[in-house]
Amino acid sequence: MLRTLLLASAGTLLTTSAALADCAFENELPLSSLSAGFEAWYAVTDAMAECGNFEAELDQEFRTKQPTGFAADPSLYHIGGVANGTLVPLLNDGTIRPLNDLVEQYGQQLTPNQLITIDGDIMAIAMMVNSQHLMYRQDIFDELGLEVPTTYDEMLQTAAAIQEAGVVDYPIGGTFRTGWNLAMEFINMYLGHGGQLFNADKTPSINNEAGVAALERMRALTEYMDPEYLGSDSTYVQQQFQQGDIAMAVLWASRAGAMDDPAESQVVDLVTMAAAPSAVEGAPPASTVWWDGIVIAENISDEEAAAAFQVAMEGMDAEMVQANNDAAIWLIDGYEPNRLSEGAIANLMGGTPPYPASTEMGLMHTALGDNLSDFLIGAESAEQALADAEEAYLTAARESGLVQ
Amino acid sequence: MKRSTFFAFVAPSVVLMLVFMAAPLVSVLIQSFYLTQNVFEEVTVESCTPGFPNPVCTEEIQSRRVLDENGIPVTETSFVGWETYRVLLQPEAVAEAFSVGGGGVSALLDIDFYKAARFTITFTLITLPFVIGVGLLIALAVNNAIRSLRGPVIFISLLPFIITPVIGALSIRWLFVGDGILTAALEGILNEDIAVFAHGWAFEILMMFYRVWHVAPFAFVIFYAGLQTVNQDTLESAIVDGASRFERLRYVIIPHLMPLIVFVALIHLMDAYRAFDEVIGFRSEAHRITLQWLTFNFLTPDDSGNRAISRASAASMLTMLGIVILLIPPLWRTWRDHRGR
Repeated sequence: MLRTLLLASAGTLLTTSAALADCAFENELPLSSLSAGFEAWYAVTDAMAECGNFEAELDQEFRTKQPTGFAADPSLYHIGGVANGTLVPLLNDGTIRPLNDLVEQYGQQLTPNQLITIDGDIMAIAMMVNSQHLMYRQDIFDELGLEVPTTYDEMLQTAAAIQEAGVVDYPIGGTFRTGWNLAMEFINMYLGHGGQLFNADKTPSINNEAGVAALERMRALTEYMDPEYLGSDSTYVQQQFQQGDIAMAVLWASRAGAMDDPAESQVVDLVTMAAAPSAVEGAPPASTVWWDGIVIAENISDEEAAAAFQVAMEGMDAEMVQANNDAAIWLIDGYEPNRLSEGAIANLMGGTPPYPASTEMGLMHTALGDNLSDFLIGAESAEQALADAEEAYLTAARESGLVQ
Repeated sequence: MKRSTFFAFVAPSVVLMLVFMAAPLVSVLIQSFYLTQNVFEEVTVESCTPGFPNPVCTEEIQSRRVLDENGIPVTETSFVGWETYRVLLQPEAVAEAFSVGGGGVSALLDIDFYKAARFTITFTLITLPFVIGVGLLIALAVNNAIRSLRGPVIFISLLPFIITPVIGALSIRWLFVGDGILTAALEGILNEDIAVFAHGWAFEILMMFYRVWHVAPFAFVIFYAGLQTVNQDTLESAIVDGASRFERLRYVIIPHLMPLIVFVALIHLMDAYRAFDEVIGFRSEAHRITLQWLTFNFLTPDDSGNRAISRASAASMLTMLGIVILLIPPLWRTWRDHRGR
């Protein structure tokens, strides 16, 4: 009995030291991180854990925990996983530190694309990008001899042809769930129409021609969708694809890998990625670019910050990318773009704008998500729905002190 | 019991109730009259984000929170009186809706608060008789079942009550969603495409059905216990007098159960008015919202970390006020009965 125990512990020791050997930096200080819980973050935090003394918290509700966790003194977490939007509250509260010195000392291998710079200060290190782009069923398009749509008008024509052929339940899938998702769709479409969300004084400016056009276009798309589209989020659209219910959708790049997962997908190798359609001829793809990356807390000692940064660099190195190439569209050196990343790269090449994250954008996103569905269910005109969204935004912006 | 002993026994619960119920309530009440705002400054910022092949750098004017010397954001709290309630209730818009040329009821229901209140009130009042009726039916059925069957029947009828509300709502949603089992079966029979959750009324009916299914077992347990104490002599003399089954129910059993019916009604009014799980489980935000969900929505931080605490406080105070108003009739009745004795 004793012998087995000893053997077992010797075994554990061996594996630990073997794991530690994978990490060039041996970490002595206890460190922790809080990030979202999708595949890429599992890959990165697992690689960070190889340095020892590191505890990762992966939680899809991280955005509600992060601002308070980082505001504590000392901060509850050393490393934070953020995206464009979730960086804003941390920046606003001043709870993350500039990384210029650390990058200079330990971050030589980082590419300029990874440095999220605000007024000359590097505030975050990006590791991957995400973007909504077109996914379509190659086999259906080949069979019907369809061209890949590059504008939404073409997408509607293609959808009509697919519906005519009756090969799938619904030609189009869409992340139109009321709330965050629906607002995101509108923002993509509105920016694609060349719209500006705000006036110079932070008052809203969406109730205009571009806004109405964007909404009308969205309603035209819903004609080809599952009629329950207002409850359809990314996971739902992903499943519709996997089960062969839809032929095309503008969906997040991070969902592309799931199409080829034989355990849950019936359309392995049949889904092809392309740039998101443009809202008007010649405009950039009607989508936004998002990034995910890490930040380091302000309220920790400099030694801890240095250790945390080095651990994070180990987690985001080429070795990790090679082991998890398909988990994300990595910005890290060593990433091999493949079939699944074509859409996201085409989006970037086409000049898709970054998501305009800011304090007012958070309020606008909520206001849009709460008010636009009234138009889609036919309860209101487009102008009325947009006016309601403007009103909701103004109320919230006045309450937060953003607009007087 | 001596007065001092009584107080010694009651004191811990009184203290706990003050700390955990009264104090938060007062603090929410106070918060609903105050508004905490951030102080912003406008700064021109050049920010760079990933692009291909080179990063995209843009220069723009951003609103940034002002930090004090300790690096903590500066906030200003001011007394605003009824302002937050006014923002929530929008009396001007209501007046306009009902003035000449206004949009009438449909314009009123376009305002989130009234939209939520409309559904919450109908939801509460329509489910109430069903909960009491179904609960009573099950109780009578079980009471008349063969003794050996009673245990299993009670167990099975209690199951819906044990299920966590969100999960229960979700499972009903899954039955009726696009390719759910029941929808697929209906589509097979009728041979046409059915989308249950594309209609507001379908949400409304299913949400009420779910609530009755979930709460009826509670009413059943209470009524079943009550049925065990019905005076058998009275029942027998009613039979001797030639009372039919229905007359015995109407003139003996229901009067006996009346205090319990009032009790179940009270509990149900309180619970149903706070309906929340149904909205989440059914994903009905586009079609039907409740007052409690409205509060939740105000409290949920967006990506940029903004929350509407004052409006959330005002909405919860209004929700509480609504419950109190709904509870007045049954409480009045209980008080009258109590005084009558």
